[in-house]
Amino acid sequence: MISQIRVHSPRTLPNALEVLQERSGRARILAGGTDLMVYLNTRVYVPTEVINIWGLDELRHVRDEDDVLILGALVTYSQIIRSPVVARFCPILAEASKTIGAVQVQNRGTLGGNVANGSPAGDALPVLSAFDAEVELASTRGTRRVAFNQFYTGYRQSVMEADELLTAIRVPKQRPDERAAFYKVGTRRAQAISKVVMGVKVSLVEPATIETIQISLGSVAPTVIRASETEALLQGKALSPEVVDMARSRIMDEIQPISDIRSTEHYRRVVSGNLLERFLSSL
Amino acid sequence: MARSGNQVATGYCTRSADADIIGTLMQVSFRVNGRKVEVEAPPMKRMLDVLREDLGLTGSKEGCGEGECGACSILLNGEVVDSCLIPACQCDGVDVITVEGLAQDGQLSLIQQTFWEEGAAQCGICTPGMLIAARSLLDLNPQPSREEIRTAIAGNLCRCTGYTKIIKAVELAAAMAKPHRAGS
Repeated sequence: MISQIRVHSPRTLPNALEVLQERSGRARILAGGTDLMVYLNTRVYVPTEVINIWGLDELRHVRDEDDVLILGALVTYSQIIRSPVVARFCPILAEASKTIGAVQVQNRGTLGGNVANGSPAGDALPVLSAFDAEVELASTRGTRRVAFNQFYTGYRQSVMEADELLTAIRVPKQRPDERAAFYKVGTRRAQAISKVVMGVKVSLVEPATIETIQISLGSVAPTVIRASETEALLQGKALSPEVVDMARSRIMDEIQPISDIRSTEHYRRVVSGNLLERFLSSL
Repeated sequence: MARSGNQVATGYCTRSADADIIGTLMQVSFRVNGRKVEVEAPPMKRMLDVLREDLGLTGSKEGCGEGECGACSILLNGEVVDSCLIPACQCDGVDVITVEGLAQDGQLSLIQQTFWEEGAAQCGICTPGMLIAARSLLDLNPQPSREEIRTAIAGNLCRCTGYTKIIKAVELAAAMAKPHRAGS
């Protein structure tokens, strides 16, 4: 089979949106290429049309605006790792970025690509979910914001329309009274696709009582998920070994992971429980 | 390094041999190892293939073609990247350094010299990528810790598993750069 790929390389965002609207549904977006080029090289997926947005410098900003961090869709993991505002207001996003691929991939892979690709194993995604981030979508029809936790509708499916481009991610800043952690379990520290990945954020009131908690998991469901039953169980509870135990069992029951090439269902349940226990015990 | 799927693969227009994409060839101008070059290539042709096929720079190797092994590592605008994941359409105006660009005037660069002295190359397939990753690290962080070295080469697989000597070679290059070659 011979495939011809037509590549559009728009120079400005409005131009990109026009091309996207015109080629609606037919063209695949190319950003840093760390997913799409792999699909192409391994023949998993060969698009007939590509819109190369790598040249859109207006999507490379990291902005600090009131209580939100705004990250342009083309911000790379390396940029996140080096960013002083990320280190200050969402340090676990930098931690997650350090676990994605290795430096070669971090220099090219983008946060917008991680979200748009929508792999359930996307390592930045549990962080965005735990922080209740928002996704900014633009089209020739205008711009809208969608809650990250309502963005995915199924395995690699999202509410993004065919003529829409993901332009930015808005992450509410971590407050001084909040604690957050990121955990990834894979076969090795670099280059591994997660078996389980967790982002968690909590706000505590004295004495050691959980006011609110957000627990997000990747690689245990068709999309990144929030463990809302476990969150509800922990809400308002004073931390104690019994409470930690209850939370551990609840999260193991709540999630519905599968066995696949990377891990087993049982292992993923146990590890998810262990990670939550580790976090709660650290508070 | 030929992959078993290559004959079929030529149809997918990552290679210049793909006759079907002649109509979409584009001009790409960039710098390689300080030299200005201009090639005509299909837009999704991989930089790795542009370097190897169009420019005859076969130092960069193909290992996995999936961004896992780092054998195709190059410096692109000073950053280490996997050239198998970079399409030609993203390369107009860029500055590329490949392993061929490390030696100057027939003199091995410091990192090449220490790889040689430490015996850090066994079969040699990973060496070009390792050298580039090491050079990138030392450019950004001239005195790295062992942990930082390990992280910097985490995206480069050595199938001979000769990591100990590779790490020693990077440490030696950092130590040798300290007194008289700061900033190189």
